[in-house]
Amino acid sequence: MEQSWTRAKGAFLAVFSPTVLWLFAFFLLPMGIIWAYSFGQNEGLVDIAVTGTLANYARVLQPLYLLIFLKSLWFAFLTTALCLVIGFPVAMAITFASEKTKAWLLVLIMLPFWTNLLIRTYALMAVLRTEGYVNWAYHWLWDETSGLLQMIGQAPLGAFTPLDLLHKNFAVVFGLVYVNLPFMVLPLYAALDRLDRSYLEASLDLGAGHLTTLFRIIVPLALPGIASGVLITFIPALGSYLTPDLLGGPDSQMIASVIERQFKRANDWPFGAALSFMLMYMTFAAVALQAILARRRAEARQ
Amino acid sequence: MAEPIITIENVTRRFGTLAAVDNVSLTVEEGEFFALLGPSGCGKTTLLRMLAGFDNPTEGRILIDGQDVNRIPPNKRPVNMVFQSYAVFPHMTVADNVRYGLNIAGVPRKEQDARVEEALSLVQLDGLGPRKPDQLSGGQRQRVALARALIMRPRVLLLDEPLSALDAKLRDQMRTELSTLQEKVGITFIMVTHDQDEALALATRCAVMNRGLLQQVATPNDLYEFPNSRFVADFIGTVNLFEGQLIVDEPDHAVIRSPELGAGIYFDHGVTGAKGATVWAAIRPEKIELKKRTEGDTAPKMDDTPEGNNVVPGIIRQEVYLGSESTYEVEIESGRRVKVTRSNLTRWDQEDFAIGEAVWLAWHACSPAMLQS
Ligand SMILES: Nc1ncnc2c1ncn2[C@@H]1O[C@H](COP(=O)(O)OP(=O)(O)O)[C@@H](O)[C@H]1O
Ligand SMILES: [Mg+2]
Repeated sequence: MEQSWTRAKGAFLAVFSPTVLWLFAFFLLPMGIIWAYSFGQNEGLVDIAVTGTLANYARVLQPLYLLIFLKSLWFAFLTTALCLVIGFPVAMAITFASEKTKAWLLVLIMLPFWTNLLIRTYALMAVLRTEGYVNWAYHWLWDETSGLLQMIGQAPLGAFTPLDLLHKNFAVVFGLVYVNLPFMVLPLYAALDRLDRSYLEASLDLGAGHLTTLFRIIVPLALPGIASGVLITFIPALGSYLTPDLLGGPDSQMIASVIERQFKRANDWPFGAALSFMLMYMTFAAVALQAILARRRAEARQ
Repeated sequence: MAEPIITIENVTRRFGTLAAVDNVSLTVEEGEFFALLGPSGCGKTTLLRMLAGFDNPTEGRILIDGQDVNRIPPNKRPVNMVFQSYAVFPHMTVADNVRYGLNIAGVPRKEQDARVEEALSLVQLDGLGPRKPDQLSGGQRQRVALARALIMRPRVLLLDEPLSALDAKLRDQMRTELSTLQEKVGITFIMVTHDQDEALALATRCAVMNRGLLQQVATPNDLYEFPNSRFVADFIGTVNLFEGQLIVDEPDHAVIRSPELGAGIYFDHGVTGAKGATVWAAIRPEKIELKKRTEGDTAPKMDDTPEGNNVVPGIIRQEVYLGSESTYEVEIESGRRVKVTRSNLTRWDQEDFAIGEAVWLAWHACSPAMLQS
């Protein structure tokens, strides 16, 4: 059909106006209000006067909050890097599995999406806490080794001290990787699966080993998938709230927890709004960076 | 004779219960342009991939230069492949594509540059080194794939359907070029194709495959003139096949009685078949002569054939004028239609035989081929 859908004005309006209205009324407008609040100040207990002040942003740039931002960026970066390192081989394994295994592996990757994040996080606590089964297994190994050492006449290992895994930065990054891994694996898998196998075969045919083929052919060709995987992991990781809140310790606060506190306990909406938008600007920066890199790549191809 | 460069011994490749390649044995000599020919799905690509090392025989073995390669991975085999999709790396320039193998092999940069230039000029892509593959036409991409494989100086170059993705005009041009290229580099070429014209035009020898089985290995001329089965006779060119019984089998001649034809078919050579066995005669359309016939005529007699053989009456039912030749469909008494082609040697020749006209079909004793399967 030659006729463009955008030219059939009636149909076009009928289909798209509810969506646009919805987006405007329940997304853009509220966001705009919060954005306006970020330039305001509290008046009395409930009223907020939008005065155009930059005081909230000035507060955001205080070392205390900047450090938390930096820490959040660091956690998000670490999470993304770990997800990429773990997710790439997983995506490769799914891509090269037989059709039947592939379906099962994909279901396994998506299984966590069907479980509530809160439940998953508490389950993770059950794994990591001092009486959790990581420590349980470690304890067992400890005792066995001790017994073995005694059997061959060596001194036993001494009293068992459980690993302190929970409520520290390690637990937060571990939890973030666990939660975000599927977001990395799926776009990587999509990119790898689209890859024409004959590129890989041609590389082998020309004398390259598997590792060389991986770094010189597969990774460059999967780059768009890697970029979207990185972005789609980095953004939610940066704004994580539940995971650092439940798994972290006193020094592993991420910015979302601080924001939550402003809106609730501190009842300081203008400052909370400024913090939120700071996070949003960072996200935009990440998206813009990716877009620029993609454009570069496209231009380099010309 | 020198040792064959490729020896395929009883190679079978099964996918589940399907034998994609079924007990195939053949040898390829150094310097040959060898074609694997057969209809789509007959196992040609599977066989080629086993030579390259991307697949392994379920049974049997493959020798390259006398060495059993079954355990040797593709990156260690002295063969290179031009893929059906060309597989030119899209993220590298033409020059980087072509130098890829040399780079991996650790050839010094200076030598790489010289050899890349030489390879590009071999495939007539001089000066296109800095281009990216998406700035090239399909034909040019194929040349890149060729240069990329040839620069490795392989013992054998494997080509999977090299011409099938090109448009008709380019295909003719590339066909000539491939043949020139092979003569120039002197490397053994093994080409997979489903196009019999392509195989006949390019190959020094062809292997015809059908459903995983090797049907015949012969020169293009022998395949055409002496097919060993109905499949080969029918697959290579156009043919008229007549089923019949072997009624005379002498050392110097043989006769088939074919009810379908309504006459005997006389051969000027003996065969090794049991008398009375069902056999087939294959007669190419251009080997049948057309002669005018009027009611009450006596049948003309071919000079090398006893009376009553190799001549049948018919009526022309269709004519296709092709310029240099005309093809006719002639209905014989049994109702069968026989294809006849006739060169248009003289002007206005095509007016000689018109639709509906009565004719005699006649052929020499040396023309038909007898097929036992
Ligand atoms: N990897 C595979 N798995 C299962 N069946 C295959 C595979 N490769 C090829 N086949 C089957 O083997 C047969 C021969 O395939 P192929 O060698 O590609 O044929 P050709 O190249 O002659 O067209 C086909 O029936 C095809 O479906
Ligand atoms: Mg094929």
